[in-house]
Amino acid sequence: MKFLLVEDNLDLANAVSSRMRLDGHVIDHAANLEDATAFVETEEYDLILLDIMLPDGDGRDFLKRHRASRLDTPVIVLTARSQVSDRIGSLDLGADDYVTKPFDHAELEARCRAVLRRKSGSAKSTIEIGGVVFDPVAGHLTVAGETLSLRNRELRMMELFINAPGHVFSKQKLADRLFSYDDSVTDNAIEVYVGRLRKHLEPSDLKITTLRGLGYRLDHDH
Amino acid sequence: MTTNPNVSGSLRNRLVLTLIGGAAVLAVLLFFAVRNYAAQVAQQGQDNILEASVTSILDAAALRDGVLEVDIPYAAFSMLTTPTDDRVFYAIYQDGVFLSGYEDLRLAAAPAQSDWSFTSGELRGERIRQVSASRTLVGLGRQTEIEVVLGQTQDALSRTLDQISRNAAFLGLGFFLLTAALSFWITSTTIGQLNKLTTSVTRRGPQDLSPFKKPVPREMAPLVMSLNSLMGRLDQSLSQSEDFIAEAAHRVRTPLATVRSYAEATLHRVERKENREALRAMVRAIDESSRAAGQLLDHAMITFRADHLVREDVDLVELIRDLVQRLTPIAEMKELSLSMTGDPTVPYSGDPILIQNAVRNMIDNALKYAPLDSTVEIEINGKPEIKVSDSGPGFLPEEVETLTRRFERGKNAAGTIGSGLGLTIAQDVAIAHGGTLVLTNQPSGGACVILSL
Repeated sequence: MKFLLVEDNLDLANAVSSRMRLDGHVIDHAANLEDATAFVETEEYDLILLDIMLPDGDGRDFLKRHRASRLDTPVIVLTARSQVSDRIGSLDLGADDYVTKPFDHAELEARCRAVLRRKSGSAKSTIEIGGVVFDPVAGHLTVAGETLSLRNRELRMMELFINAPGHVFSKQKLADRLFSYDDSVTDNAIEVYVGRLRKHLEPSDLKITTLRGLGYRLDHDH
Repeated sequence: MTTNPNVSGSLRNRLVLTLIGGAAVLAVLLFFAVRNYAAQVAQQGQDNILEASVTSILDAAALRDGVLEVDIPYAAFSMLTTPTDDRVFYAIYQDGVFLSGYEDLRLAAAPAQSDWSFTSGELRGERIRQVSASRTLVGLGRQTEIEVVLGQTQDALSRTLDQISRNAAFLGLGFFLLTAALSFWITSTTIGQLNKLTTSVTRRGPQDLSPFKKPVPREMAPLVMSLNSLMGRLDQSLSQSEDFIAEAAHRVRTPLATVRSYAEATLHRVERKENREALRAMVRAIDESSRAAGQLLDHAMITFRADHLVREDVDLVELIRDLVQRLTPIAEMKELSLSMTGDPTVPYSGDPILIQNAVRNMIDNALKYAPLDSTVEIEINGKPEIKVSDSGPGFLPEEVETLTRRFERGKNAAGTIGSGLGLTIAQDVAIAHGGTLVLTNQPSGGACVILSL
């Protein structure tokens, strides 16, 4: 997926970008509305993350112009304002959703996923390995001609594994990815989800290997 | 909210009393002026006739062979005839000696310069007007002075005066009634201008702080001007504080977001258990403070809106469906589902932002305590009621009363992030709409929060 992040706070932008890249997305960063306009005119994005308070204007004006020029790229607004007052303005102007700063990255990701799913049909970005077709936007996994819907945590775990086959993920890393900070996580929970994915992948050439004391790895049998 | 002003007196009453009081004094003055003038004119008339009568008597006096002869002409008395048969008295003196007539009709001390002297007096128990005049007769070397006193009772005069008084009284009363009516009318049109201003200020919506533009009388212009400037200042300070809150939130939350993102990113690289624990604690602390800040701002906003409740017609089902759609990603993150049941449409008149915020807090709460893989049920019925139930641990019965207080959290909430304001907000919204918020447990276990509007 290709995202445009419009955010004037460089620290925050870097943190969000690096986290997004970790998830396998491509991110362009614009620090002001002028750059953002230039980016939108030259590139095509799957999603725009838009801050409201920018040095050269209000993000909502950009949104208005963006919608007026009939571009239907989904937009998620990043706002630091109170949820009560801001909801009206940004959603009425054509934002698809918004997150309030400081946001849980998992929440931002979940919202991006929900918005992309609602707008699906734009760009199909399926991944195909070893007879398995994975559609992260729709949350579908097709194994041996049979398509099944993944639940949220299965989906996120699958995303991690399939983007880096052969890479070892520790239980902690998986837990960070799957659970938010106010969930209490047990090692057992990770095993439950790994177990579910293994069951889904059974008919295919893919399998999840346990490396004792290290974690899990997605392997491709030939 | 609104303090009753300290009322002292009434402008209307004061105006009416002053005007009517003034009218009454004027009417009385008018009455006396007319009566006095009429009395004077009437007296003058009687005096003239008396004078003419005396003159004719004096003219009839003659000295014949040195003897005074007075042949009182008929006309002298007939001219004094009145419709009330006033009695006439006369006395004739020669050189101060009584000659004929009524002896008790005394000569008035004639003023030195004038031959005429009019006096009012009493004779035989009746008020009379009398005139004295004298004439010097000369004949055959003899000179004598004849003096005539003529008196007349005043029955006709007082009857005329009574009539005039009555008319003057009617005139005064009429004048009084007319001015009283006029002053009522003037007062109500004057006060009416004030009332019109009051009504149009009262009819304004709570958000309308624009200046007052309708034409007003010149005397009220300063009042309207200061009203406008007050509203201007209020508007400015309101938007300033709104901007300030937004700016403050921006300044606080953006760096918090940065810290949080870095902490999260670092967590992905760090392997040591103590470091990971520390980072997780950091993220939780950031979440807690930002949530508290957000809810405090929301709470302030909601208190403001609840104080100035503006109702609009909404469909509760549509309103909640929007909200459920927005909260679905959060539920999915936790492997929870949201289900909506109930009537297809529930029309209601209320503040959509307040209602959405209340229900968001109720659902947030349910999402926090619901166990993995469970469903949070949202039910809307036409009463109208919005029920949010989960299959979590539920409320402790002894805490049901206290949980809607500010910053009050349940004993079993220790492991979750929260500010203790969520249910307070929901309750404030319920009360603002004249409804209630009820916390119960379902028979099958799990909390159930019911917002009745």
